[in-house]
Amino acid sequence: MSIHHRLIRVFRETLDLAPESPVTGLRYRDLPAWNSVGHMQLVAAIEAEFDLMLETDEIIAMACFEDAERTVDRHLAAIV
Amino acid sequence: MTATLPPSSDHRASGPWALDGRVALVTGAGRGIGWATARRLALAGARVVLNGHTDPEGLAARAAALEAETGVRCLALMADMARPAEIAGLYRAVHATFGRLDILVNNAGLLEDARLGMIADDSLERVMQVNLHAGIRNVQLAARLMRRGQGGAMVLVSSIVGVRGNAGQAVYAASKAGLIGLVLSAAKELGPDRIRVNAVAPGYIETDMIRHLDAGTDAQRRAAIPLGRAGQACEVAEAILFLVSDQAAYVTGQVLGVDGGMIL
Repeated sequence: MSIHHRLIRVFRETLDLAPESPVTGLRYRDLPAWNSVGHMQLVAAIEAEFDLMLETDEIIAMACFEDAERTVDRHLAAIV
Repeated sequence: MTATLPPSSDHRASGPWALDGRVALVTGAGRGIGWATARRLALAGARVVLNGHTDPEGLAARAAALEAETGVRCLALMADMARPAEIAGLYRAVHATFGRLDILVNNAGLLEDARLGMIADDSLERVMQVNLHAGIRNVQLAARLMRRGQGGAMVLVSSIVGVRGNAGQAVYAASKAGLIGLVLSAAKELGPDRIRVNAVAPGYIETDMIRHLDAGTDAQRRAAIPLGRAGQACEVAEAILFLVSDQAAYVTGQVLGVDGGMIL
């Protein structure tokens, strides 16, 4: 499964979204579940899924799905 | 410097006291309360990361000796609590080495006495960075590793001075009182993630921090302790072990005085 699809799955599971609901384009606070508490749950889930430790600045700046994807890509590229 | 533990403490912990399989990080673990705590947690079966920042060889030797004594993995990792990037690096190293963190003991601290009106800006910055800002950063980073697992337990080492105040120690008191505010808030925020957050507030403990006091002040402090003696670092470590163990599974957001009943 690609990073993109794994990240979509993480978002859906963490934010309790329906299986086919759109995730790309989703922004922080678009949904009640993606509040500050949900954001930290999302960070924990992303870190666990990809075995990463994000920087605090990255967590604060992660305002949409695409930001999260870019951040994960950057970390995984650094590992390789 | 080996902390003297009560006889019962030299036995490995079992049952709800046991920490087998858990990973603990103790900041400021090179001496005093930090070292006594690192040793106590290792004796209880936890793998322990000893953090320090001034003596890499000494800390590594201490970790190796502790590992030989207890048979559990003990690792020395250097990071200056005044430097945020080094703190972040410390957690990356914990993650890379163990892949988990179950226990944080935020112990590193700095004491610089000054009367109000004589507090230098650089001293204010230094004490707040190490005692309070680093505490916040440690809680932030530790919580992120603990959230991935089965939760965890944090103990922040505050001080009786943070609870009661003390003349000549306004900055130190403010920093240690700040830790209590941090504990109260973090306990509320992290409870749903099964992360418990507590503080200990040691009183007059036989560590390097009190060795600079003159004989008169030392006698005055000891006279204010109903139990009639200064505390030992290992006695604070026992309280910390309780708070991080399953014995305290329903305890969070508390400040436990370890002070012999001291009156300030």
